[in-house]
Amino acid sequence: MTDHSEIDSVSGTATTGHEWDGIRELNTPLPRWWVYTFYLTIVWAIGYWVLYPAWPLITSNTRGLLGYSSRANVAVELANLDKIRGDRMAALGAASLADIEKDPALLALARARGRTVFGDNCAPCHGSGAAGSKGFPNLNDDDWLWGGTLDQIEQTIRYGARSGNDNGHQGQMLAFGKDGTLKPDEIVTVANYVRSLSGLPTRAGYDAAAGAKIFAENCVACHGENAKGNPELGAPNLTDRIWLYGSDEATIIETITNGRAGVMPAWEGRLDPVTLKAMAVYVHSLGGGK
Amino acid sequence: MSFWTRHQVFEKNSIILIVGILVVIAIGGLVEITPLFYLKSTIEAVDGVRPYTPLELMGRNIYVREGCYLCHSQMIRPLRDEVERYGHFSLAAESMYDHPFQWGSKRTGPDLARVGGKYSDDWHVRHLTDPRSIVPQSVMPAYSFLAKTELDPAMIADNMRTLRDVGVPYTDEQIVNAVADLKTQDDPDGADADAFAKRYPKAAVRNFDGNGGAPTEMDALIAYLQMLGTLVDFKLYNEKANLR
Amino acid sequence: MSQPSISKSMTIGESGLALIFAATAFLCMVGAAKAVDAPFAFHASLAAAASVAAVFAILNRYFDRPAELPPQEINGRPNYNLGPIKFASVMAMFWGIAGFTVGLLIASQLAWPALNFDLPWTSFGRMRPLHTSAVIFAFGGNVLIASSFYVVQKTCRTRLAGDLAPWFVVLGYNFFIVIAGTGYLLGVTQSKEYAEPEWYSDLWLTIVWVTYLLVFLATIMKRKEPHIYVANWFYLAFIITIAVLHLGNNPALPVSVFGSKSYIVWGGVQDAMFQWWYGHNAVGFFLTAGFLALMYYFVPKRAERPVYSYRLSIVHFWALIFLYIWAGPHHLHYTALPDWAQTLGMTFSVMLWMPSWGGMINGLMTLSGAWDKLRTDPVLRMLVVSVAFYGMSTFEGPMMSVKVVNSLSHYTDWTIGHVHSGALGWVGFVSFGALYCLVPWLWNRKGLYSLKLVNWHFWTATLGIVLYISAMWVSGILQGLMWRSYTSLGFLEYSFIETVEAMHPFYIIRAAGGALFLIGSLIMAYNLWMTVRVGEAEVQAPIALQPAE
Ligand code: HEC
Ligand code: HEC
Ligand code: HEC
Ligand code: HEM
Ligand code: HEM
Ligand SMILES: [Ca+2]
Ligand SMILES: [Ca+2]
Ligand SMILES: [Cu+2]
Repeated sequence: MTDHSEIDSVSGTATTGHEWDGIRELNTPLPRWWVYTFYLTIVWAIGYWVLYPAWPLITSNTRGLLGYSSRANVAVELANLDKIRGDRMAALGAASLADIEKDPALLALARARGRTVFGDNCAPCHGSGAAGSKGFPNLNDDDWLWGGTLDQIEQTIRYGARSGNDNGHQGQMLAFGKDGTLKPDEIVTVANYVRSLSGLPTRAGYDAAAGAKIFAENCVACHGENAKGNPELGAPNLTDRIWLYGSDEATIIETITNGRAGVMPAWEGRLDPVTLKAMAVYVHSLGGGK
Repeated sequence: MSFWTRHQVFEKNSIILIVGILVVIAIGGLVEITPLFYLKSTIEAVDGVRPYTPLELMGRNIYVREGCYLCHSQMIRPLRDEVERYGHFSLAAESMYDHPFQWGSKRTGPDLARVGGKYSDDWHVRHLTDPRSIVPQSVMPAYSFLAKTELDPAMIADNMRTLRDVGVPYTDEQIVNAVADLKTQDDPDGADADAFAKRYPKAAVRNFDGNGGAPTEMDALIAYLQMLGTLVDFKLYNEKANLR
Repeated sequence: MSQPSISKSMTIGESGLALIFAATAFLCMVGAAKAVDAPFAFHASLAAAASVAAVFAILNRYFDRPAELPPQEINGRPNYNLGPIKFASVMAMFWGIAGFTVGLLIASQLAWPALNFDLPWTSFGRMRPLHTSAVIFAFGGNVLIASSFYVVQKTCRTRLAGDLAPWFVVLGYNFFIVIAGTGYLLGVTQSKEYAEPEWYSDLWLTIVWVTYLLVFLATIMKRKEPHIYVANWFYLAFIITIAVLHLGNNPALPVSVFGSKSYIVWGGVQDAMFQWWYGHNAVGFFLTAGFLALMYYFVPKRAERPVYSYRLSIVHFWALIFLYIWAGPHHLHYTALPDWAQTLGMTFSVMLWMPSWGGMINGLMTLSGAWDKLRTDPVLRMLVVSVAFYGMSTFEGPMMSVKVVNSLSHYTDWTIGHVHSGALGWVGFVSFGALYCLVPWLWNRKGLYSLKLVNWHFWTATLGIVLYISAMWVSGILQGLMWRSYTSLGFLEYSFIETVEAMHPFYIIRAAGGALFLIGSLIMAYNLWMTVRVGEAEVQAPIALQPAE
């Protein structure tokens, strides 16, 4: 284009004739394949705009010939999912909890459903193996705070415990120390009494009779005459060796002093009714169902 | 050749070059962004979305400060696995009062758009204090310092006023009562609970971190987490009317 | 000092700037005293100290300099201004190592979460923005400023415009980095990715950036070459567009002018769109256009070959900057952003593929006739491999922009793999190549201290990149597939936490890759240090390159 342009000896192509700090430019034409691929992407894009929602207008946007909407699409996808699951889920919904357990096919289905929902919703509290941890009950054993029948378990899962749901379980362990009902030394005494109930060693010089007396006056109302607990109130059995919060003296003292009120969320609303059923069956079949 | 020589206009005049660049880069942004402000379909018509309570707002600011959005999205996509795992896909209306938005771009941890109500306050306290004590496989950092840090309510009304200036519909009443409301929400035995509930429908009043005394950063963050995704009642939501 | 200066007087720039800094120092002290939060008090104090230092530096420089300002030319050759470039190059190396170290830390935190230490300022959520800003803005930014100041002088055959202004740009920019970085540690953030700094840092950056634009533009305007070289088109597009993006994404109202917290004016879906219009084009103009400018200078220079195609430069330049702007919504696929905007984002990203590859072609084909040099010159090899990585990530990007692909890749480590093939492979290597060229030129050395060490750097870093990105591809795709995996009964197969567990081995491999990359950069720092310290001076130097500083 200017008189300075020359032919580059290596490529045989002309340069533009300019030079910047020793850098020159070849005047190579655009690579053909490059240009055509570029055109191809443009044609593809135009085609896409015709088919899908694309250009904003004054009061709306172009909708595209396919009438596509990602939100409408997911509804279709979910409906398809129902098809994959087929009538089995409907059968699960129709059957009673007891019948599900009797029918091996339904039981297997409920367990499969339960396993997958448990991982994302329950495992964060009850652990991936449902073995629980401090404050979160083990769901594999046959010790139940709120009862271990299918119906009781379903009730717990559906409405939770102290969950804020009106149908949820309500009772709680009172704070005998904080509200001044018991004095610190009385709490130590009754704590040792509680330990003795399941055969755990007690502190030297502990007065067993006094412990039994305090217990009878304050605790049997919930934990029962024989301290075997009361699923109506969610009061745990204190004679087995299964502990929700821990069996060491300090933890028990803390329990009696400050009370306890573990919260199990209500799953109604978050999980659909069929899944709620499946969860009950799943938990019931983990090993400890009554 | 002549086609190529015409480009010299840009090469010989820096101002023309700059103007050319500015024109070329302006178009895309204008076409994509401006309509979002005037097209009615951009933000769905829903009931229930309200501005954050003072305590939730402070919690949200802690969420921002700690960079939770770098591991957690708050945007459930309309894909079947996400809808199954996390709940109804997120609506634009649900974040319309969010300055800035917290949709996130990475899910090292799960989506939090609907985590509200999923766990107990106590679970959150323990999880935030030491995630691995409760979820052994977790890679989330521990935030035990939150429970030890008291909230400083001094600037809360100014925060709400600033938000009002950028378009969040806080009322004068809400702003005047900001500090009181902050404490009320953390205190189930407080006196002003009714007035508070009127100002912020559906807001939970609880002692979120389980400790009495002045509200802590833990209280605020949990109050925020527990309200996420709970405002819109999807039973009343018109799915068909909001396709776009 | 001892010059018999007859009529030495302060320039308007010197006196004006000294006065402005004095006033700023005062204002910052007031700000520190009235601050409503501790980070703001800290930053105001830092700014006050820096302003006072600036006043002293200006006065000191004035007393030390001869009566006249450095001449534009010496013996008919341009008197290039190299001081600010040297400074920015050193800072680039420093921030690079810092940023890679923090990258290694956060990579390790994801593998071994105990490394968060349960402290606010060391936790992942605060370290990650520190990493991204340190590598992109501190490392990358200093490389871009240093190289642009160098390239614009050389290709315009004229001294950099301004006397104090170039120094103001490099020092002011690095001060911005310090404020931004310490802010993250203290929890000061707007939470907008790649735009995390709060309102006062944003304001300061605006001033610095406008000065940068003016210096660059004024230098082009007084050029001695009739045409503006293609590298400078790219630098200009980068500087202008970043200014526009910065202003568009950051408008915020501070809660108090004496406090660090502010609220972005935009909200919800509009804010999301502004953010990714910004975020994507920070990639497009900071990490792409800017570094393409480097490529257009250093590759032909080092290969000693002409640029492959002037026509391709023209077409791909305009197509690139036009199309890039539209692509932002590919970060918001399937979100609550309306479908129409997602379609635009996707289609424009795909159309962006060839314009991006135009740059790659021009870079790679410039080597035709000089391929043999790759065997002997590891610096050129680094530059060429960077262009190859550029080509790879600009193929991957359009692919990930397609909605079906993105539905899998979004939110996963695949994005992280994509980022780092661009970031380590392209941005990292092209910067290393440029610095290896620049340092001997700036310090007037015959060559690098050791090419063998460059070779070592090349191979450790390459191995690191391969480990990093292949681990992230596998983990990302695995994660995406696990999330959406269904059992034959039609139930989700994996819980979220199982996918977290599955990532663990890949996070360890990634950390190992990061460690190698970091080691490579330490080798480089040593090599450059020795080049400056003991390198043999370039013998022929008939003209003084060094301005009177
Ligand atoms: C926020 C943590 C949390 C989550 C999530 C959770 N639970 Fe619970 N769950 C608890 C706590 C705490 C209890 C014990 C309540 C108490 O102390 O009385 C409990 C109790 C139960 C019980 C009664 C155990 C007994 O001994 O009577 C069942 C059954 C149960 N959960 C099942 C589930 C299922 C199924 C899910 C998931 C759909 C689930 N839980 C999710 C915390 C949780
Ligand atoms: C109002 C009913 C009520 C009374 C009275 C009561 N408890 Fe409880 N107790 C409960 C409930 C309900 C729980 C379970 C709390 C939970 O699930 O979070 C509980 C839990 C406990 C536990 C924890 C068990 C474990 O597995 O960790 C101990 C120990 C205990 N009670 C001892 C006592 C003693 C001692 C007294 C009397 C001083 C007493 N309780 C009185 C209702 C009561
Ligand atoms: C390094 C990444 C990371 C950071 C930063 C992080 N998290 Fe997490 N988060 C995770 C992971 C991984 C999980 C899943 C395992 C678990 O439950 O701990 C998780 C789980 C959660 C959950 C439970 C969600 C559910 O549905 O099970 C909540 C709530 C949460 N994080 C809140 C936060 C908050 C609030 C912050 C900031 C203060 C934060 N996270 C910071 C990684 C992170
Ligand atoms: C030693 C080298 C490096 C290591 C070990 C490293 C590690 C990491 C890690 C662990 C993350 C977070 C990923 C996540 O959240 O899952 C990250 C993010 C990021 N890094 Fe690096 N990095 C390195 C170098 C770089 C370089 C050189 C650049 C840029 C020039 C860079 C740019 C980024 C960006 C932009 C992100 C954010 C990605 C996103 O949000 O999607 N990194 N890095
Ligand atoms: C044609 C060019 C490119 C296109 C179309 C493109 C496209 C994409 C897409 C689709 C994503 C994922 C968005 C998501 O799902 O969240 C992404 C992320 C990203 N890309 Fe690219 N990319 C391109 C080139 C590059 C290059 C050269 C770099 C250089 C470093 C780069 C850096 C990034 C970064 C940093 C992110 C992460 C953003 C975030 O989520 O924080 N990209 N890109
Ligand atoms: Ca509290
Ligand atoms: Ca900002
Ligand atoms: Cu992008």
